Amino acid sequence: MNRELYGKLVFEISRPGRRGYRLPDNHMEGNPIPDNGEKAPAIPGTLLRQTPLSLPECDELSVVRHYNNMSNNNFGVDTGFYPLGSCTMKYNPKINEEIAGHPMSAASHPATPAYASQGNLRLYHTLQRALSEIGGMAEFTLNPFAGAHGELTGLMVIRAYHDSRGDTGRRKVIVPDSAHGTNPASAAVAGLEVVEVKSRPDGTVDVDDLRPLLDSTVAAVMMTNPNTLGLFERNIPEIARLAHEAGALMYYDGANLNPMLGVARPGDMGFDVMHINLHKTFSTPHGGGGPGSGPVGVRAGLEQFLPNPRVEKFTESDGKETFRLTATETALGSISATLGNFAVQARALGYILSLGSEGLMQAGPLATLNANYVKECLKDDYLLPIDCICKHEFVFDGLKDKSTGVTTLNIAKRLLDHGYHAPTIYFPLLFHESLMIEPTETESKETLDDFIAVMHDIAREARETPEAVLSAPHNTPITHPDDTAAALNPVTTFDQLN
Amino acid sequence: MLARCGMKELRDLYSDVPDELKLKAPYNLPAEMSETEVRGFFNNLAKDNKNISVCFAGGGFYDHYVPAAATSVIGRSEFLTAYTPYQPEISQGTLQYIFEYQTMMARLTGMDISNASMYDGATATAEAMMMAVASVRKRRRILVSATLNPAVRRVVDTYARYHQVEVNTIRELDGATDKEHLAGLLDTHSDVAGVILPLPNYYGIIEDYSGIADMVHARKALLIMNCIAADLATLRTPGEWGADIACGDAQSLGIPLSFGGPYLGFLCATKALMRKMPGRIVGATTDDKGRRSFVLTLQAREQHIRRDKATSNICSNQGLMTLYVSAYMSLLGTAGLREVAYRGHQTACYMLQSLTAAGGCRLKYPDRPFLNEFLLETECDIDTFIRRCIDEAGILPGIKVGDNCLLMAATEMQTRQNVDRLVEIYRSL
Repeated sequence: MNRELYGKLVFEISRPGRRGYRLPDNHMEGNPIPDNGEKAPAIPGTLLRQTPLSLPECDELSVVRHYNNMSNNNFGVDTGFYPLGSCTMKYNPKINEEIAGHPMSAASHPATPAYASQGNLRLYHTLQRALSEIGGMAEFTLNPFAGAHGELTGLMVIRAYHDSRGDTGRRKVIVPDSAHGTNPASAAVAGLEVVEVKSRPDGTVDVDDLRPLLDSTVAAVMMTNPNTLGLFERNIPEIARLAHEAGALMYYDGANLNPMLGVARPGDMGFDVMHINLHKTFSTPHGGGGPGSGPVGVRAGLEQFLPNPRVEKFTESDGKETFRLTATETALGSISATLGNFAVQARALGYILSLGSEGLMQAGPLATLNANYVKECLKDDYLLPIDCICKHEFVFDGLKDKSTGVTTLNIAKRLLDHGYHAPTIYFPLLFHESLMIEPTETESKETLDDFIAVMHDIAREARETPEAVLSAPHNTPITHPDDTAAALNPVTTFDQLN
Repeated sequence: MLARCGMKELRDLYSDVPDELKLKAPYNLPAEMSETEVRGFFNNLAKDNKNISVCFAGGGFYDHYVPAAATSVIGRSEFLTAYTPYQPEISQGTLQYIFEYQTMMARLTGMDISNASMYDGATATAEAMMMAVASVRKRRRILVSATLNPAVRRVVDTYARYHQVEVNTIRELDGATDKEHLAGLLDTHSDVAGVILPLPNYYGIIEDYSGIADMVHARKALLIMNCIAADLATLRTPGEWGADIACGDAQSLGIPLSFGGPYLGFLCATKALMRKMPGRIVGATTDDKGRRSFVLTLQAREQHIRRDKATSNICSNQGLMTLYVSAYMSLLGTAGLREVAYRGHQTACYMLQSLTAAGGCRLKYPDRPFLNEFLLETECDIDTFIRRCIDEAGILPGIKVGDNCLLMAATEMQTRQNVDRLVEIYRSL
């Protein structure tokens, strides 16, 4: 793309008087208005906008060209391999975009009465049931808008449960030191105090370290399984038993659910509450970071704490199924004004139906196979601090050869030159040079082999011509943006730029 | 591939999972479907919905015209299938459209800065509340006007309850916030961190907030305004009222209704609050060749750095929805937004006059000005009216409020003929 021609901001291509729209004729102009009706009160000038609003003025072609050229500077799963650990960047089938834009639901107002939106409510309920089956839970709410929102909702369920029993002294959440940053942040927003539990050298939770932490002040133990190192927490039955004995509930962060598809269910592992990231495991597009969807499931006995409103199925006297919105006093409250991100839910249901039971049973094992294959092929050049079977992802601690001066950041940037997105870097915090790779099940062996070859090339470059890696990237639309200047003197709007 | 991993079969990859945890049978779910079958499944579901083609329901979410070009732009898979722009070198597309979005939202609300991360208007308002509590030391009380949309209020109350924030209601006086009661609450409580007021309010009323910003700031509290985004092209802005934080839903800026989501919450603030702002913020900088570049900035505020010290757990970057809104505003411009507002007002006025001419109903708060939404008080059986409008004409006439009121909104999408048909059904009740 020619940056001189097409690299402008939309404000720079704006020209006075141009427009990219035409509104439908509402047949109001020049037609009579009933004069015996009540007139709307006049709006006083003081209640109107005082300063002129400046928005871009563009014709339709300029706008389309502007955004399409920008999209050429962007990398998505549809562009190339995206091994971003913990983000499950699997392919997003196109049929689901068609479903999400279905005219019947796209034009549906959320306040449509239930009797007139039975199709939408059935969709919601069908997905709710499918997730309950996959999670091994009794019931789900699809209302939470994202994974972090699901975590918050799930922790509120846990607080509502303890409060309902008059057990109000439980204000701690135990979180492993390898946890996603959202876990402690969600706990803090939910008014809970975070207690960190250490990992053992093998990367799993240290049960001996956990045991003394469990007392009558603990509300929940919050875990990801497999954890962020991609390792299955094999002591999970013991951990769940200890937590339950202490009166705490077990929370499952579903960020890493993908490798467990077809293998094991969080409900069967002893978890009481969980969330699922539909944009990870169930293949809805990440959209540049959102919208997501974070349904929350609970085991039997906790349903009454799920947020309002809920969608429930009733069978009428004539045997006909109907779906209604219900609300209860025991619920934790409401965490959304609507039933959540409906168009995202529709995509996820499309994915589940497309794969079917058998397809979903294969998804987890194939994701795990892809991850182990990449790990085994690269561990000669890259430092694998915990060498065992991984699940959907694994973490290298940078290059094996530490003498080259090449860091994880350099490797990540060099990958961009080769047409790959970088892995997740410097997370988890357990290692200095974390490089976290998650290939997902939708990538072919050929794609993985190409990636492996490039990773080996980079390792060789690091030994032979380290400068090429240290100064990467070279071929990207921009190179080495000055982050420090951006943070020191924040320019966050066009008006601050000039 | 298995051999390379030193294994014989797929199950060997799960030798670390205790047998008693493993699934004993396949999921009890339907067998796989082809695209054609999936399409058929959703077409059948859609048949269970009543066909509604005219929408006079609002309550924060409105049936607006969505330009085909906006839909086309958000369908670009380089945008759609990207993740949060952690690697700026290959994410300039996402980063630039967010920068443009931030600029447009700051101008629209009359504030200095904007983030790009809120799920919807209700959660954005709850985040604004938490932002106020985090900004004003040792104060954990928020005052909320009774005229705020109750659906937003329920979410604010839920967050407040778990986040240990005390919420007091500012009484309503004749459809608007009771300013004297607000003054009284500020006098009684010295621990007020923020005051939340709606713009326009739940009944569609444009309230006069003269003097309120001074009153709130004199008590060292923050003024938060929950707004309907599209209306700010026409109405006095939060910035002009002296607000510190503007928040709300941006669905009205070209996002399809989609039965409740995905939408976009917006959160804008004065520059003084920049470091208290939750979520993703994009900043401009230059690269090593002097080229204008965009990066995620001020990340020290965020959950992945601050963990349990963070004031928000927001991780989303509501990218795709900010793209929708940016493309919409780029296509319509100021003139388009004002024309949309004018037509909504025109049709709402016509609807009010036509219904009241038919008799048995009136504007609930007759002296309060509105833009495109009003509360109609009526003697008719509202449930019957709603049902007949849907069944006979495919019209959703509004949202029932209490026993005898209907909240009705109009946009550029409804015509004179749609209103006439609605009135015809009303007359025949």
